[in-house]
Amino acid sequence: MTLVKSVLAATALALVTTTSVFAQRTDLVLGVVLEPPHLDPTAGAAAAIDEIVYANVFEGLTRIGPSGEVLPALAERWDISEDGKVYTFHLRQNVKFHDGTTFDAEDAKFSLDRARAADSTNAQKGLFAAIDTVEVVEPLVLKVTLKNPQGSFLYNMGWGDAVMVAPESAATNAEKPVGTGPFKFENWARGASITIVKNPDYWGEPVALEKAEFRVIPDAAAAVPALLSGDVQAFPMAPVGEVLDQFKSDPRFEVVVGVTEGETILTMNNGKEPFNNLKVRQAISHAINRDEVIVGNGMGGLGTPIGSHFSPANAAYVDHTGTYPYDPEKAKALLAEAGYPDGFTATLKLPPPPYAREGGQVVASQLRQVGIDLEIVPVEWADWLSTVFKEKDYDLTIISHTEPNDIDIYSRPDYYIGYQNPEFNKVIEELGLTADEAKRNELYAKAQEILAKDAPVGFLFELPKIGVWDANLEGMWHNMPVQANDLTKVKWKQ
Amino acid sequence: MSAFLARRLLIGLVTVIVASIVVFAVLEIVPGDPALLMLGMNATPEALATLRSQMGLDQPIPVRYLSWIGGMLMGDFGRSWTYSSPVIDLIVERGIVSLPLAVISLILSTAIAIPVGIFAASRRGRAADAISMGATQVGVAIPNFWFALLLVYVFAVWLRLLPAGGFPGWGAGIWPAFKALIMPAIALALPQAAILARVTRSAMLEVLGEDYIRTARAKGIPRRKVLWRHALRNAMIPVLTILGLQFAFLLAGTIIIENVFYLPGLGRLVFQAITQRDLIVVEGVVMLLVASVVIVNLVVDILYAVVDPRLRVKA
Repeated sequence: MTLVKSVLAATALALVTTTSVFAQRTDLVLGVVLEPPHLDPTAGAAAAIDEIVYANVFEGLTRIGPSGEVLPALAERWDISEDGKVYTFHLRQNVKFHDGTTFDAEDAKFSLDRARAADSTNAQKGLFAAIDTVEVVEPLVLKVTLKNPQGSFLYNMGWGDAVMVAPESAATNAEKPVGTGPFKFENWARGASITIVKNPDYWGEPVALEKAEFRVIPDAAAAVPALLSGDVQAFPMAPVGEVLDQFKSDPRFEVVVGVTEGETILTMNNGKEPFNNLKVRQAISHAINRDEVIVGNGMGGLGTPIGSHFSPANAAYVDHTGTYPYDPEKAKALLAEAGYPDGFTATLKLPPPPYAREGGQVVASQLRQVGIDLEIVPVEWADWLSTVFKEKDYDLTIISHTEPNDIDIYSRPDYYIGYQNPEFNKVIEELGLTADEAKRNELYAKAQEILAKDAPVGFLFELPKIGVWDANLEGMWHNMPVQANDLTKVKWKQ
Repeated sequence: MSAFLARRLLIGLVTVIVASIVVFAVLEIVPGDPALLMLGMNATPEALATLRSQMGLDQPIPVRYLSWIGGMLMGDFGRSWTYSSPVIDLIVERGIVSLPLAVISLILSTAIAIPVGIFAASRRGRAADAISMGATQVGVAIPNFWFALLLVYVFAVWLRLLPAGGFPGWGAGIWPAFKALIMPAIALALPQAAILARVTRSAMLEVLGEDYIRTARAKGIPRRKVLWRHALRNAMIPVLTILGLQFAFLLAGTIIIENVFYLPGLGRLVFQAITQRDLIVVEGVVMLLVASVVIVNLVVDILYAVVDPRLRVKA
């Protein structure tokens, strides 16, 4: 009898404990497709690094918010001199790195100098190119002098590549990241998962989650059962493709389709016949039916059509999808005018992501309609970077440019697209010198229009961010203005 | 016996050396610049040059080959470019997942296959034979990743008895770690068991037709004893051959199953390293696998000699 009673009591106790734990759930398992090679965002281009550490473990002087806006981070406020060349950052007090050392202007100077040093392997060294000198004025005041005014400087300082690191731990951040963020790195089971835990000594608003685990699930077929079984409660970039509808109709899950900064384009080799001919590029633009490409893009038919190299989520966005509407007859006429009445043949190199491999099939069949015969060549990512991007050995390719606000790539000398237009370069140059928001938007509009008309590439669609997570989860980012999974506002509903 | 062993060892050594040259050469030819891959599309040329020299990629090819081989002989497999940790640590981390998985699968498949094969052979042509061979036919035909997904949907999504995938690490306790390996092991073992059962059956049938079996039966030795003691031992040669091949496959060829269950095993390490052009890791793991295949073959050769004393003389 006593035995039965105690068993019952134990069961009841167990039930009570389970329920109370459930009510204040503070742990989270997120799925990520790619494992980061290491965890130092200042020493590699892999988006997978920022997707774990940005805003969670590391913070910069400024940061990018959920809508792509620049917000104060470790710099509480800043003054900009009249000529736009001197930035004085006032740093926050009582900020500590996870190893207990204090963050001050010396650390900030160290971080910036390290990133722009001659032997630096920062993947976005260009962000720091305008910096002339960095000085410590007071323990918490940092003065950065630029060589010339740069409109995007505060935005640049918000990138993951510009986060603040400590001299004591910078060398070992790759394996054991030490930042100032609301989460501390706890464990990395290589190939399996990365765990971060709440930082009790955080300077700002404490996070609701005690523990977050990023579990590496590279296979789409595995991602679906991982979510369904509850092993993983959130997939910020869910590789679920055609199965998306199953999650949409399941009340246990929330499906959020947002935008990224990924302009997906059919790049034409402008430095090569026949793509150096504007009429040919116009013909190709007219031959593309964006809606059909989106339906077949391997991402559940989601994505926003674009007509220039700009994110529709950005305030300065102008819709140019009507510049060269789908019109196969006109495409044929333009080809004939350009001297290709019977069309031509070319290769289409496709990197591994589904938007390229599957979307590429649709693009190839559309171009075949107007007489352009494409030979599809699937390439690995490493191969794409070497042969297409570096050696410019290609005719056509499909790729998503995921860096935020990267319209300036068309002005880069010797870039793989091979587009050259002094008028466009002048706009970008002016943009670099302009800090005024309204003036900047005007210049952005001008740049978008030039590109839309010149059609250096076939503009396809903005890559969607397909997030699937437990319906009880709050505070996940809907869009992806920077490559990040910011968990600072994430919590379970009570 | 020692001459036999010495010859086998020499052959193994030559295989390893030839493999090292082939592996190194192939990876040199594969397009893709590892430094560019790490720094991405916005990398400045000077950042690329700095990284390339840090990685030692600016050295001539023969120098790199020799320093790689020399390092390995000293037990130094080098340092991963992308993970920036020693290759040997990565191999050990993954090996403690792959090796137990391979062993469990092998035990499971042997435990299923050999009794089934013997049973089918002993009832040749009867219903039991037809049913078990029909089942193995299905086992051979079903792709293991499909079977794995089926297991996941039944035991993880529907019954919620086992995790859908992942590996908590041995540090989380033997039972949770073992639980994570159950479904992958079954998914790997069943198709292997199907093949092994068929091989066992046909080897047994061949032996059962021999004169000495009839003699043994005529002497009055019980059927069961004849099967297990006289027939099985002589049918072991082809079975051992297949087992050796299967073990080698299980060590590295499990990439698909590792992906379905997102297990951090050796197969995925190689796959990831290839896509990231982390050549030093690819080279290290491939060489280790070559060595283990050579060793497994050596062990199988020795086992041949153990089960069949005639082979010791011939060699």
